Amino acid sequence: MTRTLLLTFSFLCSALLPPLAQAQQWPLPAARFEVEGRKSGYFYLGRQTQILEDDDFQNPGMFAVEAGSALWRKVEGEAGLSCASCHNNAAVTMKGVSARYPRFDAEKGGIINLELMINREREQRMKAPPLKYESEQLIGLTAYIGYQSRGLPRAIEVAGPAAPFYEKGKEFFFQRRGLTDISCAMCHDDLAGANLRGDVISQGQINGFPFYRLQWRSMGSTHRMFEWCNTSMRAEPYPYGSEEYLNLELYVAWRGRGLPVETPAVRK
Amino acid sequence: MVRLVLAIALLVAAGTAAFAQQQPAPRVIEVNTPPLVPYRIVGNTIPEPLTAQPGDPVRGKRVVTDATNGTCVLCHAMPLPEEPNHGNIAPSLAGIGSRITVPELRLRLVDAKRINPDTIMLSYYRLHDLTRVQQQYVGRTYWAAQDVEDAIAYLMTLK
Ligand code: HEC
Ligand code: HEC
Repeated sequence: MTRTLLLTFSFLCSALLPPLAQAQQWPLPAARFEVEGRKSGYFYLGRQTQILEDDDFQNPGMFAVEAGSALWRKVEGEAGLSCASCHNNAAVTMKGVSARYPRFDAEKGGIINLELMINREREQRMKAPPLKYESEQLIGLTAYIGYQSRGLPRAIEVAGPAAPFYEKGKEFFFQRRGLTDISCAMCHDDLAGANLRGDVISQGQINGFPFYRLQWRSMGSTHRMFEWCNTSMRAEPYPYGSEEYLNLELYVAWRGRGLPVETPAVRK
Repeated sequence: MVRLVLAIALLVAAGTAAFAQQQPAPRVIEVNTPPLVPYRIVGNTIPEPLTAQPGDPVRGKRVVTDATNGTCVLCHAMPLPEEPNHGNIAPSLAGIGSRITVPELRLRLVDAKRINPDTIMLSYYRLHDLTRVQQQYVGRTYWAAQDVEDAIAYLMTLK
């Protein structure tokens, strides 16, 4: 009975929300979560959590994707536009986009990520106020756009004008900080797979963001995760969207090059 | 016979003297970062206690298992079945009291990075050379001087 209901629901959903139905083939075979020794956080999860991520009807991150899909079509701002007014069907126009983010941006003269790009579109084209970092709306839109690339390999450009920012991000990753006096690398390069108390340390990849973290019972962006790790190191975090975190995001994204986009991933 | 013993004793004494000459004197570092108690590092040890009050092993056990304050079981297994989820990053502390001396353990806890600069192990009583400490912890250490002595007293009971 529940099953019939679910099936009916799923049928209705796919009828009502064509962009959701056209996503990449999912779940991926387990082997795809590792590329030349680079391993997604999925690899380190218990089977139960993997199943939660694999199944769109159980994955709690899908609520954010659906919220994003509604926002995609919502007219906002003085220009009277929605995202869809310019970009139409996200399943076509946004496919592969999140796989290339973050990237160097000439207008900014620095690194821009998906969150900040969405806000630039709102401010410049829609004449709408920017969305607050970590707000349900911004998480929803990044999740929805990320979802259109699910299964595609992350292709991060760090050569050319991006190079100095990549170097800064790399330096951040290896810099010891905080009262613990330890670096990101000491956990995520050297100890991936080991147990830090009840946690299995992963490689700290960001191919599944924004993700649903069971410990938080909510979605979170890459920068929220950086903040969490920084405060576990008893180091003063940087603000969301700061240059420091954007450069770090570029380096960490490159570290996971070739891993499949997993948005919305589920983690412990 | 007496002669032989004397000869051996002489040889040993000469050998030790020669050895002592070859061996460079252990490095001594005076660490003075107020408001922390100043202490002296000799080689891989801190020979003198940080406080006059002897360590209390019962209190020390609470210090090293405080989950909010860098507990050892984050990284080490310990002979404490009542503690859930021991880490497996570092060697087990079972029997540590038979493998280590008190002065060695004192430096290990105060500032393990003096022993191995690349270690992930935390420094429980150190203020110098830190980068971007979280505001609420600036000027603070994990432990007070007495905590160090109490922790040592507890850990040395793990034979
Ligand atoms: C003391 C160890 C430690 C340090 C240092 C640390 N992390 Fe983490 N990190 C963890 C743990 C534990 C988790 C949760 C389990 C997991 O996914 O690895 C985590 C998770 C992550 C994740 C999520 C991975 C996923 O698949 O969901 C990212 C990204 C991350 N860390 C990045 C960083 C960055 C960047 C730094 C430095 C600013 C850093 N970490 C420093 C322990 C650490
Ligand atoms: C974040 C990880 C971490 C924490 C927390 C930690 N240690 Fe360690 N510890 C290590 C590692 C790794 C080693 C291995 C040697 C090295 O890296 O210097 C070590 C080595 C040791 C040694 C030497 C072991 C031997 O057999 O020679 C002792 C003793 C020790 N730790 C005691 C403690 C005590 C007591 C605590 C808690 C008060 C503690 N450690 C907390 C990571 C940690």
